[in-house]
Amino acid sequence: MTAPLLEVSHLRVEFPTRRGTLLALDDISFSIAPGEILGVVGESGAGKSLTGAAIIGLLDPPGRIAAGEIRLAGRRIDNLPYEQMRRVRGREIGAVFQDPLTSLNSLYTVGRQLTETITTHLDLTASQARTRAIELLASTGIPAPEARVDHFPHQFSGGMRQRVVIALALAANPKLIVADEPTTALDVSIQAQIIALLKKVCKEQGAAVMLVTHDMGVIAETCDRVAVMYAGRIAEIGPVADVIHRPAHPYTVGLMGSIPAMDEDRERLLQIDGSMPRLTAIPPGCAFNPRCPRVFDRCRSERPELADVGATNAACWRPVTVEAPR
Amino acid sequence: MSAPLVEVRDLAKIFDVSPPWLNRVVERKPKAFVHAVDGVSFAIERGKTLALVGESGCGKSTVARLLVGLYGTTHGAVTFDGQDVNKVLAGSGASKLRRRMQMIFQDPYASLNPRWKVLDIVAEPLREHGLVKSDAEAKQRVGELLSSVGLNPADAEKFPHQFSGGQRQRISIARALATQPEFLVCDEPTSALDVSVQAQVLNIMKDLQRKQGLTYLFISHNLAVVRHMADEIGVMYLGRLVEVADKAELFARPKHPYTRMLLDAIPDIHMTGRARTPVQGEVPNPLNPPPGCSFHPRCPLANIRCKAERPQLLEIKGVRVACHAVEEGRAG
Repeated sequence: MTAPLLEVSHLRVEFPTRRGTLLALDDISFSIAPGEILGVVGESGAGKSLTGAAIIGLLDPPGRIAAGEIRLAGRRIDNLPYEQMRRVRGREIGAVFQDPLTSLNSLYTVGRQLTETITTHLDLTASQARTRAIELLASTGIPAPEARVDHFPHQFSGGMRQRVVIALALAANPKLIVADEPTTALDVSIQAQIIALLKKVCKEQGAAVMLVTHDMGVIAETCDRVAVMYAGRIAEIGPVADVIHRPAHPYTVGLMGSIPAMDEDRERLLQIDGSMPRLTAIPPGCAFNPRCPRVFDRCRSERPELADVGATNAACWRPVTVEAPR
Repeated sequence: MSAPLVEVRDLAKIFDVSPPWLNRVVERKPKAFVHAVDGVSFAIERGKTLALVGESGCGKSTVARLLVGLYGTTHGAVTFDGQDVNKVLAGSGASKLRRRMQMIFQDPYASLNPRWKVLDIVAEPLREHGLVKSDAEAKQRVGELLSSVGLNPADAEKFPHQFSGGQRQRISIARALATQPEFLVCDEPTSALDVSVQAQVLNIMKDLQRKQGLTYLFISHNLAVVRHMADEIGVMYLGRLVEVADKAELFARPKHPYTRMLLDAIPDIHMTGRARTPVQGEVPNPLNPPPGCSFHPRCPLANIRCKAERPQLLEIKGVRVACHAVEEGRAG
């Protein structure tokens, strides 16, 4: 096995507030190998976007990394000074956000935004940068890139704008792309194009991707491995087919069962009663215990760690080891 | 076969999106119109669910609003239980009709008044229609309604911000059910919710339909959800219905090239790593839709006829499809 490109160990993110410190991410550990696509899935508030923000060093204050380490290609990046982190961001880690309109500057042409990123990180002249910008637009499937490079973001449609954002993320050939809900704001037919594009360009450049989304379908089609998050912790992590078809954590089982399937008919969907706890009221022991159908005494008092339970790693005292009922 | 509860014939809504008068005069800009809904016809039988699917801007929400009278129709007619909805809503029977059809909106944060208690929110239609006589009776009835959607009657004293998105959507459902309607128009009721919460809400909606014999018009862009909920499905593209078919038929043998494309485009958790047909192009600007079949620029089967002549929704092998290629047997 090759050395991991990104290594997150025991990451803990806190938000100090007047009413006490909120623990938004609690002991998150995972790694991404070079060229691998890791999906991070979970419901709103599970901490998936926050994990992405912590890695690219863009946690909104007062949020801060309280413990743990983030290493990129062996080098620690979680404690870099701002200026140095700015060099890492863009050069080594590219970011794609959910809303393609707000992540572009509406007052500059896309060409100017691309060349700015390129000249900041690569040693190229202005005209070389422009050529590269046009190449990037072409590689992300934008028709007539020579003309489009001088257009403003509002002249692009949503799907085209997201292509521009991907081109920006790839501008300096980063080794890692953090994509936070890149297709959530788009229609399904456009979503399919963007996902295919993300997969293609990352393969061509050998970039690894951390894909944050709430859409299991997108994860299933795109990722090599997937991490399921719940209340600021990783509930289960493993190869995508195993997590989907043989989930071990009861939360993953419930999550998979609650998705209406395209190829079978069920009268009722499996449902997990209740909702995810607020950060102010995470129960002791396993965070999922109040909603869990397999709960027993130990779950209420002792927190489970991620452990090998067969095909995947799950943080559960009583994992589902048999084939999950569908 | 009984007469359908809801029948829509050649429904159309045109929005005037022209620039202001001065701009038109000074800059010589023409008037502009969007044909948001353009000749849509369907029928829903009592106790059944018709789902409308399509991408943003295809007019599915406009159809929902036209049905309950939130927009006036440009032309065409909506018939509810034999009555012309637009005529009745303009006349004295309006309140009686409104009681029988209710709507659930997409955003459970925007559709509940944050300054009202749940009691007042759910009791509003009861009071409005004179269905309760006293506050005590209203409270009793609200308690029953909240229980029927899986909430606690004691929740009536709380404010909307004290609930999660899924619980708020249940409050919306309780409010819609307050007048004991027969027909519910649900405009993307679960799009704003997480999947596990979406499952809770969909289960409640199905249970209520079974118990109370409700008829639904269910609008969604999520084909998997639609497949779970609907009996019949209508696929919309740029303001027109391109295919209407029974659920099983639509998923097993989609006819219209757009339906096929949509089905292909959707990532599904049970089909890891399958080869996809890449989707071409984007939805055209509705201000300036292409001539002929509005799907032809993206359609792999388009020919000269498709570029010139608009296909009508025709019954072909038990399915209603608007496509020249299907009609001519070119679709395979």
